[in-house]
Amino acid sequence: MQLEGWGRYPRTEGTLSAPRDTAALAALVTEGPATGSAKGPGPLIARGMGRAYGDAAIGRHAVSTRHFNRMIAFDDQTGQLTAESGVTLGEIIDAFLPRGWFLSVTPGTQFVSLGGAIAADVHGKNHHSEGSFGTFVDWIEVMGPDGRVTRTLPGEDLFEWTLGGMGLTGVIVRCAIRLKRVESGWIRQQTIAAPNLDAALAAFERTYAATYSMAWIDCAASGATMGRSIVMNGEHASRAELPAAHRGTPFVTPRHKGPRVPVDLPGFVLNPWSIRAFNALYYQKGAHTPPSSLVGWEPFFYPLDAIRDWNRIYGRKGFMQFQCVVPLESHAEGLRAILEAISRTGAGSFLAVLKRFGAQNSRLSFPMEGYTLALDFPMTQRSLALMPELDRITADHGGRFYLAKDSRMSADTLRRTDPRWQDFSAWRSTQGMTGRFTSAQSERLGL
Amino acid sequence: MTATVLILGARSDIARACAHRYAQEGYDVQLAARDAATLDADAQDLRLRHRVAVSTHEFDVLDTAGFAAFLDSLPVLPDTAICAVGVMGDQVASQTDPAAAARVMRTNFEGPALILEQLAARFETRGHGAVIGISSVAGDRGRASNYVYGAAKAGFTAYLSGLRNRLSRSQVQVITVKPGFVATRMTEGMDLNPRLTATPQAVAHAIWRAQRKQRDIVYVKPVWRLVMTVIRTLPEVVFKRTRL
Repeated sequence: MQLEGWGRYPRTEGTLSAPRDTAALAALVTEGPATGSAKGPGPLIARGMGRAYGDAAIGRHAVSTRHFNRMIAFDDQTGQLTAESGVTLGEIIDAFLPRGWFLSVTPGTQFVSLGGAIAADVHGKNHHSEGSFGTFVDWIEVMGPDGRVTRTLPGEDLFEWTLGGMGLTGVIVRCAIRLKRVESGWIRQQTIAAPNLDAALAAFERTYAATYSMAWIDCAASGATMGRSIVMNGEHASRAELPAAHRGTPFVTPRHKGPRVPVDLPGFVLNPWSIRAFNALYYQKGAHTPPSSLVGWEPFFYPLDAIRDWNRIYGRKGFMQFQCVVPLESHAEGLRAILEAISRTGAGSFLAVLKRFGAQNSRLSFPMEGYTLALDFPMTQRSLALMPELDRITADHGGRFYLAKDSRMSADTLRRTDPRWQDFSAWRSTQGMTGRFTSAQSERLGL
Repeated sequence: MTATVLILGARSDIARACAHRYAQEGYDVQLAARDAATLDADAQDLRLRHRVAVSTHEFDVLDTAGFAAFLDSLPVLPDTAICAVGVMGDQVASQTDPAAAARVMRTNFEGPALILEQLAARFETRGHGAVIGISSVAGDRGRASNYVYGAAKAGFTAYLSGLRNRLSRSQVQVITVKPGFVATRMTEGMDLNPRLTATPQAVAHAIWRAQRKQRDIVYVKPVWRLVMTVIRTLPEVVFKRTRL
């Protein structure tokens, strides 16, 4: 069958299995699928919710973890949750927010699995203040090429290479993570309208003490308004900070009842003009938002989850994400060069996000101290032509790329920007993992 | 007081989804199936997510003689009982091997009908309860591809209809569920039309709604009511030549 990621580009022909228990999974790992083209052991790649944008969870044989969806234990003293890898972050919120616990780190969608969150070592709006997802992972159980499950702890090779290892060290089957205590489901949000890039960067630095921060950035603006942004900071609201009406039920907040995109929209819907208009409207709306407001966790952390299947607005051809991080030493020049390149081609990104990262100490994770920029581009020849230019600028400024978003980078670009992956490959080959845990992405990147 | 739901055949995908749906509404859950120890992970998952009491029980639908003892052994008589027991069997095997056919008939009809009859009787004595049988659209008309299964489900459907008729003046609700295609272990690997195929969660939600709204017969996807009306009304002369 045709397999695709969230960006729907690229698509590959492959087998999709959905084992129901570890024995069935072990059979797939050691013997390959019962039917289909990929007979014999390997290559195989685990697939959670399919939210990686590119080709990280597709390949000749993708193995869904959707039946590994049970919660196993919860310690209400420490907040440690043990669960199977197919449990989604949204399910964790549904179960534990009413008891006063929230995810320590969450990416911009709740529809990701625990396994996927670990494999990509995802980050959230609190990276600068609290770190990446892996900071709160106590252990991981991984099924290796021999079909055996190993529990691995922070500091061990298997753990460190699995965190951010894009599923290439085996199939994550269970894990233990730590949740954080919250007094309510509400967020105190501060909104700052920054009229250009320098103002946006200054706002990030000025509000560095905020727990959560990110900015939506208008990539269609150029000249004096280039890089204009709406910077949004947030703190979990305490019970005392809620209006009296909500104090009795502090975990009940408005939930998305949003629409679902019912069909693929035709490709022309997102064009430079509609993108420009949307972004201008969004900036105006942000500029008129009261500087301080109380918002529910769902619109604050997951605004895009409001529109189910939003990837369909890009039409059948799909779209690409570009996400890089530029180190603190050279971030302003790097970001400006990227924005200028986009503005020159008129490609325009419908949704663009800018965020300050803090230091990152794990072995393979994407973040580093600096600024990350995430952009979406409709899948067109013009966008494709722009990408190598953005790659080059990022590389020249000492930056690197997020494999959970990547769908088309060259092996050479990865080698040049992120030498850690060579060590990873060398270690993988000593473990008999090479050729056994393989995605379309790992083949493309020569991992 | 907390209400309790009993799920018979608790390992199936529809059963698991029902357990979660009712637990979400605050029901305590009794999970019953063969090899009850294999239900422990599901029981723990339900407790963690929904903070309800969950118990597991050994139950074999073919052991009709043991039904009374099984019901006596439950910690409380449930308020709602959902029978999700079922096995498709292999049609060709059922044609050639009477024992295989009998197993399909007993698993889909005899056992479910008899256990729900006993539950209904206890509910009637107590004065309230809901009996929910998961039957199948396959029971609406026998077709070459699965008529042993279909006939057993037809029997179950008729049984539920009669039970409902008998209990209509009591406070015992009887609901017949005809899910249509559902993406489950039973249908894994089949090439099903996605427009006609429901998720186990959708089935569970439809069941919960039917109970709340006092419905009698539930088709999960409305289109199935139409499809089956057409299939049922085709004249036999025509129908016998079709390949459905």
